Amino acid sequence: MSTFLQQLINGISLGAIYSLIALGYTMVYGVLKLINFAHGDVYMVGAFMGYYLANGLGVRGAQALGQGADSLIARGLLGGGVMQPSLITALVVMLLAMAICAALGVIIERFAYRPVRKYSRLTALITAIGVSLLLENGGQVVFGADPKFFPELFRKRNIDLFGGASINSADIVVLVIALVLMIGLQLVVYRTKTGRAMRAVSFNLQSAKLMGINTDRIIMFTFALGSALAAAAGVLVAIRIPRIDPLMGILVGLKAFVAAVLGGIGNIPGAVLGGLLIGITETMVVGYLSPTYKDAVAFAILILILLFRPSGLLGSVAQEKV
Amino acid sequence: MSRYLRFLIIAVVVLGLLFGLDYLFPGGAIHPELRKHLSDNAARLLPYIFRIAMLAGIAITLAVSLNLINGFTGQFSIGHAGFMAVGAYSSAYFSVNFGANLAARLGGGKPAWGLALVLATLIGAVCAGLAGLVVGVPSLRLKGDYLAIVTLGFGQIIVVFLNNIEAVGGARGYSGIPIVKSFFWIFLIAILTIVIVRNIVKSAFGRALISIREDELAAEAMGVNTTRYKVMAFVISSAMAGAGGVLLAHFDGYLNPKSFEFIKSFEILIMIILGGLGSIVGSVLGAVLLTVLPEALRGFAEYRMVIYSLLLIILMITRPQGLLGTTAAFKGWRGRKQKRPRSRTETEEITAEDSSAIDSVAKATLGERQRDSSLGQGEKSEH
Repeated sequence: MSTFLQQLINGISLGAIYSLIALGYTMVYGVLKLINFAHGDVYMVGAFMGYYLANGLGVRGAQALGQGADSLIARGLLGGGVMQPSLITALVVMLLAMAICAALGVIIERFAYRPVRKYSRLTALITAIGVSLLLENGGQVVFGADPKFFPELFRKRNIDLFGGASINSADIVVLVIALVLMIGLQLVVYRTKTGRAMRAVSFNLQSAKLMGINTDRIIMFTFALGSALAAAAGVLVAIRIPRIDPLMGILVGLKAFVAAVLGGIGNIPGAVLGGLLIGITETMVVGYLSPTYKDAVAFAILILILLFRPSGLLGSVAQEKV
Repeated sequence: MSRYLRFLIIAVVVLGLLFGLDYLFPGGAIHPELRKHLSDNAARLLPYIFRIAMLAGIAITLAVSLNLINGFTGQFSIGHAGFMAVGAYSSAYFSVNFGANLAARLGGGKPAWGLALVLATLIGAVCAGLAGLVVGVPSLRLKGDYLAIVTLGFGQIIVVFLNNIEAVGGARGYSGIPIVKSFFWIFLIAILTIVIVRNIVKSAFGRALISIREDELAAEAMGVNTTRYKVMAFVISSAMAGAGGVLLAHFDGYLNPKSFEFIKSFEILIMIILGGLGSIVGSVLGAVLLTVLPEALRGFAEYRMVIYSLLLIILMITRPQGLLGTTAAFKGWRGRKQKRPRSRTETEEITAEDSSAIDSVAKATLGERQRDSSLGQGEKSEH
């Protein structure tokens, strides 16, 4: 029982991260009908931005590891001040990483996807693969191919729960931040004018344009939003498991995409549900079966869902137009 | 009759040429008799060139086979490396456990790999073909990007399983595979692949495949059993990828599941996209270019993949059909809707489909405004 509870907690925490990434996939797919292969790599960039920001801001944990704590940013911006590891530090690092990745998402959209939007979806898909490869290999050149260790942004400790399970404070932080971000996204999409425009674009791009919506701007905004969420996921994952490398986004990105498909692609609550399901299934397989099969789980789920319910759990069945 | 005669002459000349090269450069090394007549520089350079040539031969097999399903049938599959892995591992298992014995027995003193290699290739191709059937039957019901992601998933699952099968080394990799580097055999398989794909494309079967690529619904309406044809093309393509895997397994004598992850599939994909989907010559060109280019860029080894990916993006933006591709492969996918230019001005005719869509979007977008205005009226009436 305690094993089950423990795996469930781990699964939900992992699933929340998958959900955040899946949201970006689902939104971009919604507006452009494009699998943004590069999304997983934006998540990777997010984690690395968090790493450099944390070191730049001079978080104590980083200082203890001797990784450039009194760097240029710390001296220049904070007057040589060193930030204490705390939740505020974690939030600052995360928000800055989100802003940087939002800009990255906009740049990718503007310079890679927009020029090929006039061609077929296949061309766009290949371009996305190209951007993904570029970020992975560019990341290996810029960040270095070897894994890096994320500084501790706040003190982690284990909190004992009933039934012998325990929960790490990092997991609580991950869950709370993920929840806040998801609610925020829900508000943006359903309660603002831009969100309304996003839904219109995802419904039909041509007619949205005819209705006077600046579709280019909306698509850009969608990329910015999705990329920011991916960056948040990157920082959160690094808080949970502080080992980051330039190829970390490939598998996680694919699994998050599977989560988006599982929930019904284009459907925002679906992406969250799919992410949680994938995360829980994966940790259960690790806990009860064998860790070596954990990477096959997501794909097995994907294949089953596409064969039996291609529209996903919460998606609406799309009629093929002749 | 003269056609067959011409074919026979070409076949004899090509086979003779390959056989001669194989004799002069056994296993990519230089025949001792020939070595005497070469300068030291040439003796150093030639094996290197032959090594690259053989790798290019393997790449041609993989690229041309992938082009059959991606380029000619229009089914976007990105799990090619998985089938390649099935072919490589099954044939390697055969060669280690039975093939080596067979070769030793046939050859007397020195192992004679002829028959054993033919058997290994057949086994690899058949196993990969069967894997293609198992994967293809369920997944080819899907279209476009879903098919892409499912094939990618299957490819990845194959790699996960290989990582867990201890009989073939698991994650440590499979070593001790007999090395049978044969210039003759590699290029024979490559040429066979080209000939098979070319003949398929020129046949009624191939016309059915191309009709599926151009418009699946129309093809079905014309009586083409699209599922059957798609699966057949997929199985053939997988089997040929398996043969490519066989060649690779016996090239280095070592296999690792890591080298069959989807990066490998993407590499093959980039070859056929660079050359142009739906062009055999293009695939060959792409395969050769992308095998030779890394050697030329050896000085910038770490930038190699960066350059590749940039190249791919720029190619997609400037010439999405590839160097020699037919544009047709890029029109069919989004169907009729895509053929309209996107930057349509408002003065253009609006179709019925558009207007109904506009209505529904109008409802969605104007909902707020209407509610606002009704609120406003409500306020007015209160006054």
